[in-house]
Amino acid sequence: MNRTLQRLVTYGFVFIGAVASIFPLYYMVVGSFQLKTDSAFSGLIPRPGNLGLTNYREVNKAISLLPSLGNSAVFTLGTVVLTIVIGLPAGYALARLRFPGKGAVAGGLILVLVLPFQVLMIPLYILVVRDYGLADNFVGMILPFAVNATAVLIFRQFFVALPDELFDAAHIDGAGELRTLMLVAAPLTKPAIITASVITFIGPWNEFLWPFLITKKHSMQPLAVSLGEYVSTNAATATNPYGVILAGACVLAVPVIALFLVAQRHFTSAALGSGVKE
Amino acid sequence: MSRAPRGGPRSKTLIGLYLVAPYAAYLVIVYAVPVIQGVRISMLDYVYAAPGADVPQPFIGLKNYRSALSDPQLRRSFLNILEFLAINVPLTVVLGLTLAAVLAKLTRMKTFFRSAFFVPYVTASIAVIGVWYFLFSQSGLINHVMGGWAPNPSWLVNSKLAMVVIALEVTWKQLGFYVLLYLAGVLLIPGSLYEAASIDGAGVVRQFRAITVPAVRNVTILVTTLALIVGANLFTEPYLLTNGGGPNGASMSPALLIYQNGVEQGKPGIGAAIGILLTLFVLLVAGAGRGVQWLFQRGEDRGPRRAADRGPGAASGRGRTADGGQGATA
Repeated sequence: MNRTLQRLVTYGFVFIGAVASIFPLYYMVVGSFQLKTDSAFSGLIPRPGNLGLTNYREVNKAISLLPSLGNSAVFTLGTVVLTIVIGLPAGYALARLRFPGKGAVAGGLILVLVLPFQVLMIPLYILVVRDYGLADNFVGMILPFAVNATAVLIFRQFFVALPDELFDAAHIDGAGELRTLMLVAAPLTKPAIITASVITFIGPWNEFLWPFLITKKHSMQPLAVSLGEYVSTNAATATNPYGVILAGACVLAVPVIALFLVAQRHFTSAALGSGVKE
Repeated sequence: MSRAPRGGPRSKTLIGLYLVAPYAAYLVIVYAVPVIQGVRISMLDYVYAAPGADVPQPFIGLKNYRSALSDPQLRRSFLNILEFLAINVPLTVVLGLTLAAVLAKLTRMKTFFRSAFFVPYVTASIAVIGVWYFLFSQSGLINHVMGGWAPNPSWLVNSKLAMVVIALEVTWKQLGFYVLLYLAGVLLIPGSLYEAASIDGAGVVRQFRAITVPAVRNVTILVTTLALIVGANLFTEPYLLTNGGGPNGASMSPALLIYQNGVEQGKPGIGAAIGILLTLFVLLVAGAGRGVQWLFQRGEDRGPRRAADRGPGAASGRGRTADGGQGATA
């Protein structure tokens, strides 16, 4: 009896939590299809007569979704690729090798994690836009995000956790460090790469401020920026402003949520939380 | 952290340097140089000039800091962040840890619940802002539910409530990430501890307080630190949800002021100075948080918490976590 009650309370608690987590997203989807905004209780359940794609057509007219999505993809994939190409070897070196300046790099990694990024807003803006002339340019857009610090930490923790014997065996077989990394360690890193990629993906795909700062041309703006600008300037003139915003929000949100749901089988809290252990 | 080198030490050193060099270069270009530049610009009368034009940028000492600090909006923005943290941190720690502890005990649908909590975290701020804008608007669902009790003026245009809505929105959005961090910590606690406690007759609540809470102290420090950083970075929500930190600066944030001064009004010196002040603010709040932890710690050491001392700290080799505590930034 007591056990049953306990289980009931447990599941009840997480169930309420899950509903609270998902409800606003459900509401976002429903609202995006409503022909006429219905913010009363009746709006909670989609009514066939009030559903359609008008909002999607409208938001597409205002900010041309496909090019914006393309910009988001370039910005995001560039960041993910650079994070793996630069961050994975760095994580390996920090975990397994000894070299001068190691303490400084490790310290820098931790500092980066706790430095509020907005502190760098003005100097980075001046550096990238004024000094390097990289406004309206993907290089300038990607540069500050190029290597995700959390991902480097995930890689480091992953390589720390691999058993020494694995590396000893490779060394005895005469493999050098580079061969060991490429042939022994790298093939094992799939879960770390997936977790790190998802974490990295979220950043640039959802980022508003930085790409907003350095893009003046609409044709260069990622979707988060064009939608944000639409919300702050033009939305008021639409006949159904909420519906149009929500349609844009759905287009922006769905790819990441889908990616997460596909990857989540491999996305372990253990990999993410490995930084927690020390 | 470091491991004894195996194999030829010289080549190993070289390989290590090669592998880490691109990342080190990135840290220098994107962080070290801008930080130094930020300090320099904050002491200059910096003017945006046309490319190629040579414009003098005279050194003016701390004048930018004085102008920044004399702006009542800036003081307001720091107080707003404190209000944000006062709502966000306790909610995050309590809900995050409780949900993680419950999640760890589930036998079924674990993945479903874990994903459900995490989905808001992966959703773009802009998208989330769209829904909250809808939910909390004058004629939105929340006001419909509240009927006669709906606040007047409505949430987002009410100077007492705008920051509260932002704090709740960010807490809701970030919670799933913190649940995962806590879950990783909770799963490390050996089950034998709970069995022993339950044989000793400790109930679920007492087990949670005596075993779980102290065992995840390190995670709590991490979570409160990250929450502080999120608070300090707050930009998109006040910019869009409350239409530029409104009403009347009631939800103004330091990051938004950096943007308004440094970019919109073309005063990068003042923007950079606010950036430095924001860094000092973060260090100050984090330091205060450590102080609060230390007080907690002393109180607990005098009190009877033997069960926790014998606890998972010793079992999982994390005995040195004794500097932890709750509510680092409370």
